[in-house]
Amino acid sequence: MRRRPSAAFWVMVVLLTLLVVVPLLWMVITSFKSVGEAQADPPTLIPQEPSGRAFGEVLTTGGQNPVLRWALNSFAAASLHAVLVVVVASMAGYALARMEFRFKKFIFSFILLTLFVPGFVFLMPNYLLMDNLGWLDTFWALVVPGAAGAFGVFFMRQFFLAIPRELEEVALIDGANAWTIFTRIILPNARPALATLTVLSFLANWNDFVWPLFVLFSPERLTLPAGLSLLQGAYTTDYPVIMAGATVAAVPVLILYVFVQRYVIEGVARSGIKG
Amino acid sequence: MRGHGRATPYLFLAPYLVLFTVFVLGPAVFGLWMSLHDWDFQLPGKPFVGLQNYKDLFDPLSATAEPFWHGMRATGIFTIASVPFLVAVPLGLAVLLNRHFPGRTFFRAVYFAPYVLGVAVIGLMFRYILDTTFGILNAFLGIFGVPEIGWTTEQPYAFVALVAVTVWWTTGFNAIIYLAGLQDIPAEQYEAAELDGANGWQKFRNVTLPGLRPVTVFIVTITLLASANMFGQALLITQGGPGDTTTTALMVITDVGFSQFRMGQAAAMSYLLALCLAVVALITFGLMRERKS
Repeated sequence: MRRRPSAAFWVMVVLLTLLVVVPLLWMVITSFKSVGEAQADPPTLIPQEPSGRAFGEVLTTGGQNPVLRWALNSFAAASLHAVLVVVVASMAGYALARMEFRFKKFIFSFILLTLFVPGFVFLMPNYLLMDNLGWLDTFWALVVPGAAGAFGVFFMRQFFLAIPRELEEVALIDGANAWTIFTRIILPNARPALATLTVLSFLANWNDFVWPLFVLFSPERLTLPAGLSLLQGAYTTDYPVIMAGATVAAVPVLILYVFVQRYVIEGVARSGIKG
Repeated sequence: MRGHGRATPYLFLAPYLVLFTVFVLGPAVFGLWMSLHDWDFQLPGKPFVGLQNYKDLFDPLSATAEPFWHGMRATGIFTIASVPFLVAVPLGLAVLLNRHFPGRTFFRAVYFAPYVLGVAVIGLMFRYILDTTFGILNAFLGIFGVPEIGWTTEQPYAFVALVAVTVWWTTGFNAIIYLAGLQDIPAEQYEAAELDGANGWQKFRNVTLPGLRPVTVFIVTITLLASANMFGQALLITQGGPGDTTTTALMVITDVGFSQFRMGQAAAMSYLLALCLAVVALITFGLMRERKS
């Protein structure tokens, strides 16, 4: 019954692929051009005198535009954030999925409700909170506040609900406590969900733009997205340098994505159903 | 079989609930409190002003009303212009990807890839591609004799550009959610429709669309939320221009709060924006339910 895709179908698929790939390629190509060539009319498809000048500029000027430093900041903050989300959300998700207690429904509904509160509402008060905690312009402002999001708890709860009861029952008869069951039986069976949540939390934190832009000030403490906007301000017309900065930010996530795309895509797919 | 003590669930929930209370619940309430005060970040006193911050937003003579409503207008135009595309294009892509063809997983991954890049990279990249004089888009269109277009400097092109870039960036995301929804529609429903002699379009209208209604409600909701939060694209690509036409509500809020230090006023703005968003969401839900009956 399955029809073989027609030629028109393939044309469409290839066109869409080009639509995705060409802008990215153009960014990389431009980063190897000279300032003059990047503004040539008509544009050249292949750099006439390819040069690594732009990369030199963004990777080595150290003090002024420490792109590598920003990348390292982003990586450290996003990793720590992801670990925090996974630990906290899996514990809470376990309680909400597998235990009976008085305020369960109320707590869960309340957490779920915040999924629909727009992020900008928290911007001013959380900024003042950071100020009072002494967390402005520090690592903690990047790692901790976002870890209270509702998505992780919701996501882990959905997964735990699907784990069969029988898995726990033997351990319960043996007299194991909830913590043992959680760490020895539930978590090992939830590896795919844990991996997915780790990757999604990492990417969300790595790409966050608004929050780091306002809670970080020192050039050496910025994350990559916040730093890139600074780069655009400093090199308004030096497009090779700006494209080199964007390339340095894009390539590591694209490589990571190649390896973990299954988790990313499944995680996103699962987040939309059975809401 | 309970197998756990009375306090156990609360102990498991505790780390999350502490974070939730401090960084979500507390700030939401504190923001409301701030919006009722003259909360100038630089002044020592923060006098209670009641609803004055809100009233100011409706007083044409106040300094904040004009920029705020300009921002609301930009956010509103962007939302109205982008949401239909951000729902329809991913739906089309999902239907395309739902067919069985060699390399399907590969192409699915390719179409999702822009989303993992984040708005900072996307913004810089398209700032260059859309440049009026040396951007590749105008060079490409020039081949077909199209004169130079000010994608980042002229209206309505600036909005067209922002919507198109956002579609380019996020279509894969919504498409994957739609694809999961499509795979949840039982094959029997299509077979039954075929027995009734339905053609491709009729199957799409009578089986696919109704089957996707819950997913569509979800997608419309998250897309509305994202559109109301629009910031990075406009900051990096059009820099809020031409004039202040693409200076979105969130850009105005951050300017008032972080550059002018009037955080009480900025908090009032964000609550008013949230209220408008809630009203829009409720109207949308109402309309979508109506279609069902």
